[in-house]
Amino acid sequence: MQYLLLIYGDENAMAAATEANAGKMLAAYGAYAEAMGKAGVLQGGNRLRPTSASTTVRVANGKTTVLDGPYVETKEQLGGYFLIDVPDLDAALSWAERCPGASTGVIEVRPIWAM
Amino acid sequence: MAAIDDPVRRAAEAVARDSYGKLIAFLTARTGDMAGAEDALSDAFAAALSEWPKSGIPDNPRAWLASVARRKRIDQFRRRRTRRDASEHIALLARELDAARSETAAIPDERLGLMFVCAHRAIDPAVRAPLMLRTVLGLDTASIASAFLVAPKTMAQRLVRAQSRIRLAHIPFRVPEASELHDRLADVLDAIYAAFAAGWSDPGGTEIRRRDLAAEAIWLGRLVASLLPDAPEALGLLALMLYAEARRTARRSDRGEYVPLAEQDTASWDQEMIAEAETLLRRAGGMGEIGRFQLEAAIQSAHVVRRVTGRADWVAIEQLYAALESMTDSPVVTINRAIAVAETQGEPAGLAVLDSVAGDKRVVDYQPYWAARAGLLVRSGDLAAADRAYRRAIGLEADPAVRRFLIERRAVAVGSDIEFGPWVPR
Repeated sequence: MQYLLLIYGDENAMAAATEANAGKMLAAYGAYAEAMGKAGVLQGGNRLRPTSASTTVRVANGKTTVLDGPYVETKEQLGGYFLIDVPDLDAALSWAERCPGASTGVIEVRPIWAM
Repeated sequence: MAAIDDPVRRAAEAVARDSYGKLIAFLTARTGDMAGAEDALSDAFAAALSEWPKSGIPDNPRAWLASVARRKRIDQFRRRRTRRDASEHIALLARELDAARSETAAIPDERLGLMFVCAHRAIDPAVRAPLMLRTVLGLDTASIASAFLVAPKTMAQRLVRAQSRIRLAHIPFRVPEASELHDRLADVLDAIYAAFAAGWSDPGGTEIRRRDLAAEAIWLGRLVASLLPDAPEALGLLALMLYAEARRTARRSDRGEYVPLAEQDTASWDQEMIAEAETLLRRAGGMGEIGRFQLEAAIQSAHVVRRVTGRADWVAIEQLYAALESMTDSPVVTINRAIAVAETQGEPAGLAVLDSVAGDKRVVDYQPYWAARAGLLVRSGDLAAADRAYRRAIGLEADPAVRRFLIERRAVAVGSDIEFGPWVPR
């Protein structure tokens, strides 16, 4: 069973972090991804650029609208994700709570719709 | 027709009571599809009612129902041919069917796993108790909705949403491992207690559905206590519910008037239930792991000791509430401790404890706080303040019997009726 762990956090806080703190955060993510890899559950994952680099596209009545910025302005933004393959929701939740982002923001756990 | 039909219907109903949860658990455990299991099982019960009159009641009705239900499930999956995983499910279910033929009687009891699914932390806490009543006991949605004072349509939507979460998010169907059993069991017990509370809040027992709900919750409590006999909090919860249920009818006089615990006729308490509760509580206490439900049951025990000694054990009650207070951070517990403190150390000490929560937003509109305050103020002779507290309590109470009781108490204490002048905001 695959789940997507969506990592939400305050990207402004992350941008304002000192180099030392940002380094610690990245190291924590490195170790976390490594642990998931060792456990054989990690299928993929990436860090995302801030929403200031985001572009939104919508096609309505054959007309394309392109806007700069994210789909919705929120206090916390999607900053990255991991795709994991685990037996059930309990296992997914236990990986989500280990994610460094869980203690600074929120992890949303979404089951993948298997086709 | 009726002559054939009735014993058949009775057999089906008898098997339903104890089997429903077992069969739902068994059918859901492999696929997580609770709604599908319910459909299949209701088809199987319908088939039983039409076939058993012709063929006779099978030797093992539960195995019969299980195997029909599983065949219905395979049909369900065949109908959803568009799904790629349907063939896997069919293979899986066919294997189960074969296994069931070889071991005719052995349907494992997986209801505990089912209860842990219903009370899973990924399920909205408010829907856990209804879901449990529906899936473990097979209660119909309308009954559950009326007990929880929710429109049937709303309750149906909540149940469907929860069941689809279980299937789509793949909530596992198992009893948690020892390391997390304690916390997860607490969620199961909370849900059972919520069901009990929904039934208990109809003291007159005038609404049959709600009265039955207390009995159903006790049945669930017995089930958990029998499946996890070494879990002290499971025993504590069952004891607590039995103590409360033992006093159900004593809460109202013959004329339907509210009777507070301290004034209830101890002869009207159900002695058998109390005896069972005492045994359970002693057994739980011997396991050396105290918890909320054991403490609450112990408080009940210290109250009902009045039937033997003529007086509740207020010293014990005060200590138990203090222990509970350190565990729960609930102003309700503090209010109860204040009443106990007033008994052991006098009214000023009790009022001082009440003052300690006076600023808590949660007590401002909480009737028992004002009633407790009024009672202690009367006893300490401050009738003007007692009057104000009584008025507040009366204005906040929703149960007419309790409201009448408070009005009467106030009139006796203050010596006048509440005047009905123009309402002036204060």
